[in-house]
Amino acid sequence: MAECHPVGFQWVMEAKRKGATIIHVDPRFTRTSVVADLHVPLRAGTDIAFLGGLVHHVLENDLDFREYVVHYTNAAAIVGEDFRDTEDLDGLFSGYDPEKQQYDPTSWQYENAPQSPAAGERDPGQPAGPAASQEPEEHESARSEQTGSGGPTVQAKPERDETLQHPRCVFQILKRHFARYTPQLVAEVCGVPEEDFLRVAKALTENSGRERTSAFCYAVGWTHHSTGVQIIRTASILQTLLGNIGRPGGGILALRGHASIQGSTDIPTLFNILPGYIPMPHAAQHRSLEEFVAEDAGSTGFWGNMDAYTVSLLKAWWGDSATADNEFRFDYLPRLTGHHGTYDTVVNQIEGRSPGYLVVGENPAVGSANGKMQRLGLANLEWLVVRDLTMIETATFWKDGPEIESGELRTEDIGTEVFFLPAASHVEKKGSFTNTQRMLQWRHQAVQPPGDARSDLQFYFELGRRIRAKLAGSTDEMDRPLLDLTWDYPTEGPLDEPDAEAVLREINGWDDSGDALSSYTQLATDGSTACGCWIYCGVYADETNQAARRTPHWEQSLVAPEWGWVWPANRRILYNRASADPDGKPWSERKKYVWWDAEQEKWVGEDVPDFVADRAPDHVPEEGATGPDALGGRDPFIMQTDGKAWLYVPTGLADGPLPTFYEPVESPVRNAAHRPQRNPALEDVAEPANPINPTESRVFPYVFTSYRLTEHHTAGGMSRTLPYLSELQPEMFVEVSPRLAEERGLEHAGWATIVTSRSAIEARVMVTARMRSLRLGEQWVEHVGLPYHWGANGLVTGDSVNDLVGIALDPNVHIQDKVGTCDIRPGRRPRGPALLDLVEDYRRRSGAHPAEEDDA
Amino acid sequence: MVPEASPDSYYGRPIIKPPTWKTPDVPLYLFLGGLAGASAVLAEGAAVTGRPDLERVARVAASAGAGLGTVALIHDLHRPERFLNMLRVLKPTSPLSVGSWILAPFSGLSAAAAASDLTGRLPRLGRAAGMGATALGPALATYTAALLANTAVPAWHDAHRELPFVFAGSGATAAGGLACMFTPTDQAGPARRMLAAGALVELAASERLTSRLGMVGEPYREGRPGRLMKAARVLTAVGGTAALLAGGRSRTVSTVAGAACVAASVLTRFGIFEAGMASARDPKYTVEPQRERLRARAAQAASTMAG
Amino acid sequence: MSSSLSGPLHDVAGDAGHEDHPPRMGFFTDTSVCIGCKACEVACKEWNLVPEDGLSLSGMSYDNTQALGASTWRHVAFVEQPTGRASRTDLGMPGIGPPGGAEPPAGPGQETDSGEGGVRWLMSSDVCKHCTHAACLDVCPTGSLFRTEFGTVVVQEDICNGCGYCVPACPYGVIDIRPGDGRAFKCTLCYDRIGEGMTPACAQACPTESIQYGELDELRERAGRRLGELQEQGVDGARLYGADPDDGVGGDGAFFLLLDEPEVYGLPPDPVVTTRDLGSMWRHVGAAALGLVGVGVASFIGRRR
Repeated sequence: MAECHPVGFQWVMEAKRKGATIIHVDPRFTRTSVVADLHVPLRAGTDIAFLGGLVHHVLENDLDFREYVVHYTNAAAIVGEDFRDTEDLDGLFSGYDPEKQQYDPTSWQYENAPQSPAAGERDPGQPAGPAASQEPEEHESARSEQTGSGGPTVQAKPERDETLQHPRCVFQILKRHFARYTPQLVAEVCGVPEEDFLRVAKALTENSGRERTSAFCYAVGWTHHSTGVQIIRTASILQTLLGNIGRPGGGILALRGHASIQGSTDIPTLFNILPGYIPMPHAAQHRSLEEFVAEDAGSTGFWGNMDAYTVSLLKAWWGDSATADNEFRFDYLPRLTGHHGTYDTVVNQIEGRSPGYLVVGENPAVGSANGKMQRLGLANLEWLVVRDLTMIETATFWKDGPEIESGELRTEDIGTEVFFLPAASHVEKKGSFTNTQRMLQWRHQAVQPPGDARSDLQFYFELGRRIRAKLAGSTDEMDRPLLDLTWDYPTEGPLDEPDAEAVLREINGWDDSGDALSSYTQLATDGSTACGCWIYCGVYADETNQAARRTPHWEQSLVAPEWGWVWPANRRILYNRASADPDGKPWSERKKYVWWDAEQEKWVGEDVPDFVADRAPDHVPEEGATGPDALGGRDPFIMQTDGKAWLYVPTGLADGPLPTFYEPVESPVRNAAHRPQRNPALEDVAEPANPINPTESRVFPYVFTSYRLTEHHTAGGMSRTLPYLSELQPEMFVEVSPRLAEERGLEHAGWATIVTSRSAIEARVMVTARMRSLRLGEQWVEHVGLPYHWGANGLVTGDSVNDLVGIALDPNVHIQDKVGTCDIRPGRRPRGPALLDLVEDYRRRSGAHPAEEDDA
Repeated sequence: MVPEASPDSYYGRPIIKPPTWKTPDVPLYLFLGGLAGASAVLAEGAAVTGRPDLERVARVAASAGAGLGTVALIHDLHRPERFLNMLRVLKPTSPLSVGSWILAPFSGLSAAAAASDLTGRLPRLGRAAGMGATALGPALATYTAALLANTAVPAWHDAHRELPFVFAGSGATAAGGLACMFTPTDQAGPARRMLAAGALVELAASERLTSRLGMVGEPYREGRPGRLMKAARVLTAVGGTAALLAGGRSRTVSTVAGAACVAASVLTRFGIFEAGMASARDPKYTVEPQRERLRARAAQAASTMAG
Repeated sequence: MSSSLSGPLHDVAGDAGHEDHPPRMGFFTDTSVCIGCKACEVACKEWNLVPEDGLSLSGMSYDNTQALGASTWRHVAFVEQPTGRASRTDLGMPGIGPPGGAEPPAGPGQETDSGEGGVRWLMSSDVCKHCTHAACLDVCPTGSLFRTEFGTVVVQEDICNGCGYCVPACPYGVIDIRPGDGRAFKCTLCYDRIGEGMTPACAQACPTESIQYGELDELRERAGRRLGELQEQGVDGARLYGADPDDGVGGDGAFFLLLDEPEVYGLPPDPVVTTRDLGSMWRHVGAAALGLVGVGVASFIGRRR
């Protein structure tokens, strides 16, 4: 965190100053380890085993926060008889189809879950749904982003056994499932000595409970794995068992890759969701608005108002043209027909099915896994638009990419027409950033962009204007969605820049008299409100840009509600009803946050209560109630249909209701925890340029892991071009332990070549004791550490680490492993076609080959 | 492997910055200043005692030394066009400032004296200028010792007591030597004596310097600066002895001995300059004496407490 | 120019001739919380328009800056030290509130053990010390270097003629001549910012408050408290550096809390301002000059030949 989020890390240092204990779990000793009280190196990609070990420790020693667990989680819920755990099926859950590498989650449901006709509708690919078989071309997965803040739908509240004794209650299932994650297993899998593991377990459990809370912070060290979603699930289970969610000082904090990544999922750049995590409708399933909202309209919790959020979104986009008679132009929304994720797109490019590409603020030729596949895709386009601050490798791959050097591609054969459009930087335009705390902070423009550089806002606004001008007068129905759009932002300044605050106001929304809304609870289903993103509703309350507030923290309360604005409703901690006990009293004076004031008959406290304001703790909802009305007074997790935190996930995940440790796709060791080596529901990407190294390969004996340095920014476009940053880390280097250096004859500050079955790159060698040799029983595991910032352009250049990385995806969110196996040898890599010969030789000797083209 | 932390230094890098002064500019200036300053003294003595040949040689040496020295000094500046900023202020804490205020009038006065002597014009003014230069001469010859010593360079700073005498002696040796080379033997007696006396002073002061400095004096004894210093000592001793014993009888001996002494003076300045550079580059010369100082202080504090 | 050449000096700006001056300002760099992000280096360069200083990999851990110089006014040192497992202490929990009787937290030093045989990674952001008795200023022949009303030491770029005297005079090796430009440069403690009541760029950018800017007296108190805290927590090797007005430079305007010997970070253990010996130097020069006169006179005594 200190390494990649030094600015956010100031708050960790502040906590440390107040006495907090900092534990850093990371294969490498980084700048975070420097100030941590304890650094625990573990083998890259074994996080589920480590976290699972902690879950085991909590359950085995009855260290869970029992009152919290009983009342606020689904620990008491009874799971159906058909469910079989990995303990029963040798590492697999019930419902697995080995042919398709997919799960049918039907058997994971709670007992007596009604067989709702709507079940699975949200995700038509889900094999559970009756419609699944209609979409054979789609490799299925539960799209967990789709259910976003809502969580997947469970049609009714489950039966509960609050004694937690029922053998099929979640708590008992959890106990059995994690029983094998002993400290010995952790040592065997992760390479973490029992003693160190137990120190972490002790520190964490002693610092959790009524009086204390602990927080987890993670970044792509958790997410970029073929089991990434389940890693975070394990942390969620742990934090929920310890009562560390919804309380001050607790939580699981996702540290984002760069500014406003949170914003780009809230107002998404993803293919499968609409603003505010409303799912993107599917062509086959959602023929009408009614069908689209039906499932959620019937559900309980705040997600039950999805219809109002959707209608208000449609009103924001199509304005007066959207009326109840035409379903508020629901039919204008694009529809999904399958997967359209990044790697699907790249495969489509390579195979000639995707002719055009807009690359904005991203440098896939350097920054995305398997650089060769990225560039082969780029080389097979009709047109490519790159909008960036500098001439990045993605815009120049056709003349100086590694495939040009190796002779695989020839410039004269590449037909892609490349348009480079200079973009304005963050100081050259105004707008908001949304950080990982869901906080919107307004940026003011400092200077005008130079030359032809323009903001993205202006680019898209202008693009829309021009397309609409071309279509003006068209009578083709297909053009109506564009022509009917509200596309009328006021412009300002010498460059006729659309007013970003006007956009923010539209996102916030307005009522039928045009006044800015102040809360999403005002959103209506009748078309009387418009709102561009329901979770952001309130950011422009009182016709004021609330995101621009900058009252210093020392001039306000501990929660500092007047700095920026946090969605939803300027609420700083989500699910904060959980900071009070079932009776509504704070768990402890020290951790007091939000509580029930019996006299005022409402929830009060430091923060905006995340609950129905006047719902008493003893409230029991009426039978058959839906939406927020269905929430009981002890149901803090108000976006979940049952109001409880899910230790066990009966629906919504593609690779199991509970996390299970599987090895990374490429690993030097056998899975010591379970029979299956890899995530059984893995999505393979079958491409000739994407061979996968075999498990336990002697040809690729080392684990590589890629990461960032403080001094550079992601794929380098914003740092390799700047002298002040370039001079701080001027060359691509590889970090190795003294043991590995000796084993391979690597010299400090000399050169090394790192080889996988995808490619080989070269780097200067940093031999350092910060890289730890890990002992797994009799075997040593060595990590090869690779900062991934370099490419061919800029002031400092070097080979790209992502050229080494293979692609096999987590089935929930389609992300690849950031770790894999490799070889490292002294000296520089061969030039030209000799490089291909080297890689080919490694492929042949290791037997690495691309995944087979599967039936899906 | 990333070099392990050393208890003595940061990756072996110097702690202080070695001077950015250029060579040969600065060592040459040190020599020329010494030559010029001592020559002015020699010239005045020759004038008073009626040795016109000696006076002329010494006057020219003083003037040329100062002139060339000024050129070397300006050339050494990284912004030579701003040379005059040297005369913006007069700071006793800055030997270079004091030196500039010595060098500037000395150059003018010695040049006037030499010009008057060579042309025979304005003899009184020439004489007065000569006297002025003579008054400044000894300071010009020795202030450069403070110039080097008033730095954090261990081999220079720690030698601040001896360096002025080394420089005074070296200046006298050079002035005497040069005069011996170009003055008829019958007028060159004082030059020979100055040469010999200077040699004695220089050798004695150098000896004391290297013996007193201990470990910090290493660079004066070792490596290239050590070889330079050694060559200078030999030349000084041989030249001085030869001049004293046989210089009065043989013009050849006088010339050769004089030349040896001039060369010795040049070598001494280069040796001292380079010894300082070497001591700045190696962090041990900075760290070890300082650590020793701390240890001594701690020991003293401990014994005071005990007492 | 200071009238006092060494020893404690309470009013450094007053001594330099400033009347009615603001309090002496300085930096306290607490290296125990430095995370080596180098934001100080970048912020300094951005604000002061200091040019890039070379694009080569040093092999010195993550330190490619290598040293302070004319084009590097903040320099973050990275020191890698192997440590044994012996030093590990049990992880205590914070001592506030209930689980009563809890042990004190482990030392917040940068010592962290890990695996078999740990490693310690020291980081420290070095800067010009703005000495009470500044040799660079004292030896500057042009008056380009001067003492500001804040007690800091600044080069006037329009006066410096590149004589280079300040370079070897500095006991810390801070100031240097910029190649290609020829003038001497170093940290100004953001003279142009602090005059406007702003914080120097490096301190402003520091995310962990490792670099603290403020009134020197207050900083010294703060540093003393911080040292006490660390010592109480059993952090070995914690010490203040440059905070003592009785030291060889009269105390630094920019001082440090270090976790090891100063030399390990490339700092001199007991720096002394060279001008402390100035009196002795001039006396010896004077004696030698007189000696030269004596040699001259003596040379003309005796036989007339």
